[in-house]
Amino acid sequence: MSDLLYGEIEDDLRAGVRSLLDDTCGWADVLAGTETDAPHAAAPWDGLVAMGVTALPVPEDAGGAGASWRETSVVMEELGRAVAPVPFLGAAVLGTAALLAAGAADVLADGPAVLAVPLSTAPGDPVPDVRADGGALTGVVTSVADAAVARTLLVPADGALYAVDGSAARITHVTSLDMTRRLADVALDGAPARRIGGADAVTAALTTGAALLAAEQLGLAERCLELTIAHLKTRYQFGRPIGSYQALKHRVADLWAAVSQARAVVRYAAGCVASGDADTAVAAALAQAHCSGIAVRAAEECVQMHGGIGFTWEHPAHLYLKRAKSDAIALGTAGRHRAALAELADLPPV
Amino acid sequence: MSTAPPDAAEIERRVAAFLAAHDPAAVPPREFLRARYDAGLAWVHYPEGRGGLGAARAAQPAVDRAFARAGAPGNHPERNGIGLGMAAPTLLSHGTPEQLDRFLRPLWTGEEVWCQLFSEPGAGSDLAALGTRAVRDGDGWVVDGQKVWTSMAHEARWAILVARTDPAVPKHRGMTYFVCDMHAPGVDVRPLRQLTGEAEFNEVFLTGVRIPDTDRLGAVGDGWRVATATLMNERVAIGGQAAPREGGMLGVVTRLWRERPEVRTAAGHDALMRLWVEAEAARLTGERLRQRLAAGDPGPEGSAAKLAFARLNQELSGLELELLGEDGLRYDDWTMRRPTEVDFTRRSPGYRYLRAKGNSIEGGTSEILRTIVAERVLGLPGEIRTDKDVPWKDLPK
Repeated sequence: MSDLLYGEIEDDLRAGVRSLLDDTCGWADVLAGTETDAPHAAAPWDGLVAMGVTALPVPEDAGGAGASWRETSVVMEELGRAVAPVPFLGAAVLGTAALLAAGAADVLADGPAVLAVPLSTAPGDPVPDVRADGGALTGVVTSVADAAVARTLLVPADGALYAVDGSAARITHVTSLDMTRRLADVALDGAPARRIGGADAVTAALTTGAALLAAEQLGLAERCLELTIAHLKTRYQFGRPIGSYQALKHRVADLWAAVSQARAVVRYAAGCVASGDADTAVAAALAQAHCSGIAVRAAEECVQMHGGIGFTWEHPAHLYLKRAKSDAIALGTAGRHRAALAELADLPPV
Repeated sequence: MSTAPPDAAEIERRVAAFLAAHDPAAVPPREFLRARYDAGLAWVHYPEGRGGLGAARAAQPAVDRAFARAGAPGNHPERNGIGLGMAAPTLLSHGTPEQLDRFLRPLWTGEEVWCQLFSEPGAGSDLAALGTRAVRDGDGWVVDGQKVWTSMAHEARWAILVARTDPAVPKHRGMTYFVCDMHAPGVDVRPLRQLTGEAEFNEVFLTGVRIPDTDRLGAVGDGWRVATATLMNERVAIGGQAAPREGGMLGVVTRLWRERPEVRTAAGHDALMRLWVEAEAARLTGERLRQRLAAGDPGPEGSAAKLAFARLNQELSGLELELLGEDGLRYDDWTMRRPTEVDFTRRSPGYRYLRAKGNSIEGGTSEILRTIVAERVLGLPGEIRTDKDVPWKDLPK
């Protein structure tokens, strides 16, 4: 069994990222950012790049930090806590994982690379029909996360993975449910492309993404729980803090128990992905099957237990709710991952 | 002069030396166990002279494995869970040297089984409301009252007992903790049949039972504090089992699913996979808690482990019955028996379903545990209390 705790380096990393996000990514900034056309917030993203935490699992000889997905998972927790509007998932997780799996980390030297699949794609799912004709790609990929930041788009086509210069694609922004993670449709019309790997690199990237997205869900759930507890302690109705009512306190106790379970599941998945453990497919599917529901529940309880204020635009609860629900669909729903687990654990449906 | 506690290598040497001097095949079991206690190799984290070496708690599993490998006789911990898990640590922290001399060795060897006289018909979750009276009488006490949910009372030599010694003060202040001789006149043990048909538990009626003052544990009026220490040990004991993937009740249901394709339905599959995920999450959470304990940083997650365990056992055993359909309508045996240990796997699915209902009641109801988590872990404000500063005798009952 892998180490499910946090090391000292990870604690320091967390403190550094949290401090950066506190400075550049307060929720008032995040809320204001949702009403601009900017696809992501520049200050926190530039800060993360400058800290080097966007390239933690990349080997040092390819310009990375030579750390692992375990540390990246801690960064994802913090990004979830802040609902940070940065293109970390598409670039630093999915894109980087695809390049590492394809043995093409050198592509990162050009700048961020983003995996061009619909964000709802689960590991092993079919991908959109993009044709590769003599080194040129034609097709449309809808609902791609973080496409705007891509110097390189990594596009699955005809059972392989291709690298396309970001400027060779037509990128159309769509209005996304999660205002802090913008989606775009990517159209390719004979775009020049270079084959860099097989379909297995796409599956590996999505599996790593599933494990790491669970960390974001954990951080989000934990933050929602904290906001809710703080409110329950300070909001008075009928002459007493509403947190003294058992109907509410039992619900947050259950939520806290669920969040502590999510932490164990997330650490296990991060450890498996980092070490290439034989149990990685199970660990990643388990992480998504378990954490999606917990993040959604935490955000929904945050809205409900805040009462009227939780239903307003000015309170941050809705930012968490939209991210949580969107995350629950991203990289496969919990039901999709339970189906995967059934196959992996030899528990056939009929 | 104090010496440093022995490390793993030193303990290993002592075990080897002990086994060389005490051939498990030749020494009678009782004598062997007594000698093992005297050598400090019983529970190595206990102090020297009390069956231990003052070593780290983490050193114990290796010692137990070494004795098991050598074919040494065991002390049957499954028959004395209350003694080993609750009475012993409470004795150690609150007992006099004379009490430790008298009680600890036969407790550990299993020669003397212990039971717990805490709950009463009128004091369940609200244990501090208990009304069994202990009245001072010369150099001892006379006890009258009724206790309930006492496992092993019919086998036990001793009991840990909490009784009310001062009804005129608020309830938490007027209790005292005793060791009660289960063979004393006036102790009447009657089986308490539960919804499974058997009787793991007993009712214990105490009528004019004399307890010498030397069998009091802690100060007069300090019983709540001592009892709280005991109950913390109980929750650790109930929530802390290690399990492999698909262990416990989940394993029972996944075996059924794989071996009997005719039980499979779409709804059953959905329920099974949801519970598979929950059970695996609970298992990893337990593993993470163990890693924290090993790193010397125990987290509060233990309180949540019992909540999850109870829920999973109940949901899974309910699913098993439904999957079985017609077979789920049958029960193995309603005969009234008095088992000394609970084994979910050896009985029928109906038994498992019914017995699991106790998991969210015994050792603290799930509702009380949620309140404890909310107030002690999350710091939420307490319930409005109507019994706080009221003398026990004036409380509505």
